[in-house]
Amino acid sequence: MKRFFIPVIAGCLLTLAIGCKPGGAKTAVTGDAAEKAYVAPGKYDEFYNFVSGGFSGQMSVYGLPSGRLFRVIPVFSVDPEKGYGYSEESKPMLNTSKGFIPWDDLHHPALSTTDGVHDGRWAFGNANNTPRIARIDLKTFRTAEIIEIPNSGGNHSSPFITENTEYVVAGTRFSVPPDYSNGDVAINTYKDNFRGTVSFIGVNKASGDMNIAFQILLPGVNFDLSRAGKGKSHGWFFFSCYNSERANTLLEVNSTQKDKDFILCVNWKKAEEYAKAGKGKKVAVNYAHNKYDEKKHAATSVMEKEVLVLDPKELPDMVYFMPCPKSPHGCDTDPSGEYIVGSGKLAAVIPVFSFTKIQQAIANKTYDGDYDGIPVLKYDAVLHGEVQKPGLGPLHTEFDANGNAYTSFFVSSEVVKWNVKELKVLDRVPTYYSVGHLCVPGGPTKKPWGKYMIAYNKITKDRYLPTGPELAQSAQLYDISGDKMKLILDFPTIGEPHYAEAIPAELLSKNSQKIYKIEENMHPYAAKGEKEAKVERKGNEVHVYMTSIRSHFVPDNIEGIKVGDQVYFHVTNLEQDWDVPHGFAVKGANNAELLIMPGETQTLLWKPEKAGVYPMYCTDFCSALHQEMQGYVRVSPAGSNVPITFSTGKTAAAASDKPSEKPSR
Amino acid sequence: MKKIAQLGLICLLFITACNNNVETANTAVAEAAPQAGQSAVKDDESMKDVVKVAVGSKDHSTLVAAVQQAGLVDVLSNAGPFTVFAPTNDAFNKLPAGTVDGLMKPESKEALTNILQYHVTTSSLKTDYFQDGQTLGMVNGDNITINIKDGKIILNNSAIIVASVPASNGIVHVIDGVLLPPTKK
Repeated sequence: MKRFFIPVIAGCLLTLAIGCKPGGAKTAVTGDAAEKAYVAPGKYDEFYNFVSGGFSGQMSVYGLPSGRLFRVIPVFSVDPEKGYGYSEESKPMLNTSKGFIPWDDLHHPALSTTDGVHDGRWAFGNANNTPRIARIDLKTFRTAEIIEIPNSGGNHSSPFITENTEYVVAGTRFSVPPDYSNGDVAINTYKDNFRGTVSFIGVNKASGDMNIAFQILLPGVNFDLSRAGKGKSHGWFFFSCYNSERANTLLEVNSTQKDKDFILCVNWKKAEEYAKAGKGKKVAVNYAHNKYDEKKHAATSVMEKEVLVLDPKELPDMVYFMPCPKSPHGCDTDPSGEYIVGSGKLAAVIPVFSFTKIQQAIANKTYDGDYDGIPVLKYDAVLHGEVQKPGLGPLHTEFDANGNAYTSFFVSSEVVKWNVKELKVLDRVPTYYSVGHLCVPGGPTKKPWGKYMIAYNKITKDRYLPTGPELAQSAQLYDISGDKMKLILDFPTIGEPHYAEAIPAELLSKNSQKIYKIEENMHPYAAKGEKEAKVERKGNEVHVYMTSIRSHFVPDNIEGIKVGDQVYFHVTNLEQDWDVPHGFAVKGANNAELLIMPGETQTLLWKPEKAGVYPMYCTDFCSALHQEMQGYVRVSPAGSNVPITFSTGKTAAAASDKPSEKPSR
Repeated sequence: MKKIAQLGLICLLFITACNNNVETANTAVAEAAPQAGQSAVKDDESMKDVVKVAVGSKDHSTLVAAVQQAGLVDVLSNAGPFTVFAPTNDAFNKLPAGTVDGLMKPESKEALTNILQYHVTTSSLKTDYFQDGQTLGMVNGDNITINIKDGKIILNNSAIIVASVPASNGIVHVIDGVLLPPTKK
C-alpha cells in the first residue's frame, strides 16, 4: 500500500511545482505564456512569419505570436488545391532545362530590403535540388518569377540578398563539373574537374525582375550558407564553405579532417566593376527563366543561353578565404555589419570575425598562404574573438537590436543568447528537439524588430499527439523582450521548416491586393462578361470561354464535345469582391481543380476518353446556392455529328425550339 | 486505497485552482476583442456590396433606414449572393399614410423584417434571366411573380424595375413600388 503513496504525493508536488509556480530559469513554460501568444478572435497578429516548407517545396505564412497558419504559397511544387502547376497558365512556372519539374526543396526565404531594412515588396526562396530562385510578390502572395541557376549542383547557399536587394545570391552546395564543360568524368577526379560557383542575380529595382549578372568560378568546395554585408560592410558578401578537403565520398568523415574550413569573403562591388567593364567570360549554358504576367494571368518560360563567369585567378582583389572552424554552416552578419559569426557544426567555439580587421588584413596582405590561388586571410588577424564553450553543434545565429545574438545548437537542442561585442553567454533555453534555424523578426536586417525568437525544430516526439511514424515538425516561439528567453508557444509547420523571416504585419497588410480588376484582364481567352461566354471548336481543340459568378457558370450546358477532343476550360471569375474565388472541376479530369481569383482567368485542360455526360461544379464554397453552381458536358463518340451548343438558363421547351449556336446570355 | 483517492483529489483541486486563474486571464482578453460583421470590413478595391449601393443612393434613404432597423445590414453584406428589389423613397411614400412610421417602431420589427426579406432572393439575377410568368422564391419564404409587358419587368403586378445596379455580392433592381408579402392564413 505504502509504495503507491509516494509516487502520488511526489506527482502532486511536482504538479504544484511546475504547474502553479511562476517560471524560474529552469521552467520551460511560464504562467503568462498563453496570454502572450494569444490573439483574440477578430484581432490581427503583430507579424507575418514566412516559413520555408523544405521538402514540401512551398513557403507558408503564419501569424505571430498566435502561430496561426494563413497561407501556403506554392513555389517549386505543384499544388492541386490551387491548380498551381496544373492550370495551363501556371505550368510554365515549373519549366527548367530538365523539363517540367513538379517538386523541389525550399530551404530559405529572404525578404527584400531597402537600405538594409524590410521594404515589404518581395520574398525570395531557393530550390535546393534543381537549382532555382523564386520571387514571390507580397501584394498577391503568389510566385511571380523563377530563374534557374546554371553551373550549380544544388542551390543551398541562397537566396540571401544585399542591402538594397541589388542582388540575390546562389552558392552551389555541391561542386560539380560546370555545365559548359564535359560532365562525363570519373567522380574521383573531383579535385581536377569539379568547381563551385556563387551567382549574383540582379533584381530590377522597380519590377523585381531577376537576371544572372555574373557567376564567380571557385574551387570545388561546398558552399553552405551566406549573408550580405550591411552598413559598413555593404559591398561584401560572406559564404560559409565546408569540405575544403574536397572529398567526393563519405563526407561525414572525409570532409571533417581539417581543423578549419572557410568563409569566403566576396567584394561584390569589385566583381560588379569587372562585369560592367566587360571582363570575364561568357559561357554557353541553358537555363529556364519563368515569369508570371499579372495582366495576362499566365506565365511564360524562356530558355536563356549564356552566362558571364568571373574567374578570380584572372581577376584579383575580388575574393578571399577566411579560416573558420570546423565545417561552418551558418554565416551571419550582425545589424551593424561589423561582425560576421561563423557556426562550425563540429566547433567548440563560435568565432566572430571583424569586418574592420578583414579590411586591414587585406590591405596589409596578412595572408596565411592561398587555397587554390585564392588568398587565405590569417585567422588571428581577422578574428574579433570566440565565444567559448557555447553549446554543442552551433548552426545559425540571429540578432536583436540590443547587440545580442541568438545561436541554435543542434546537438544539445538549445538556443544560446550571447552578447556580440563581449562574447559572453547571457542565457540558454532548451528546444524540443533538434533545432535548425532561428528567426528573430528583422534579425538579418539592419533594424531587427526583436520581441520574439522562433526556433524551428525537426523532432517533436513527446510534444504533439502521435500521428504514426512521422510527427509534425514544429516552431517554438520565445518571448525575448526581457533578459531571459521565455518559451510561450509550440505550433506545427507544413513540410520541414528551415529558415524563416518575420516582418511587421502593417508593412504588408496595407498593400495586400484584394481583386484583379476585370477590365485589366488581358488573358486571350477571357470572357469579361456573360455575353462573351462561348464555345469554339478548332479541329480537335475545343475552347470554352466560361464565366463564373455566384451562383452559376455560363455556359453550364455544353454539347458537341467528342472523344479525342482536347477541351480547354478557360474560366473567368467575374466577381469583383475580395476573398470570393470560384473553383472549377470536371469529372474525370486527370490533373486538378482550378481556383480562380476575382477578375482572373485560368484554364484547365480536359481530355474526355469515353462518351457520356460529365458533371462539372464550383469547388469553392462561394454562396448560399454554391451547391447549385454546377453544369453538364455531353461527350459524344469520335466522328459524331452532334453540333457544338451551349447555354445557361434555357429550359427544355425553349432549347428544343432552336438549338443555340450562341450563348443564351 | 481511500487515502490515495483523497490525496489525488487534493492534488486535483490544486491543479483546478491553478487552471482557473489562467482561464480568467484569457477570458478577460477575449472580451476585449471587438466583434463586427462584414459591413465593417475596410475595402476600397472591391465593388460596393448591395448595402453600400443602397446607402450611396439618395432615393433609397427610407429603405436603408428600414434595413438598419431590421438588423439586416450585416446579412446583406455577406456573400449571398443577393438580388435586392429596392423600392425608392417615392415607392414607400405611395403606401397609406403612417405605414412606414408604423413599421419602423420597435414592436413592428418582425413585420418589417418580413417585408424586407420579401424583396431579396439569394441569387444574383440580371434582368436577362427574367421570363414572363416566372416565380422567384424570396428570402422570407414566399414567392413573387414576374411578368414582362412591353419590355417592362413587372413584379406582382405592382412594381416595375426602373434601373439595375450590379454589386459585389449581387445586384440591386430599383423598383417603383413596395412588394407586400401575402397575408398568412
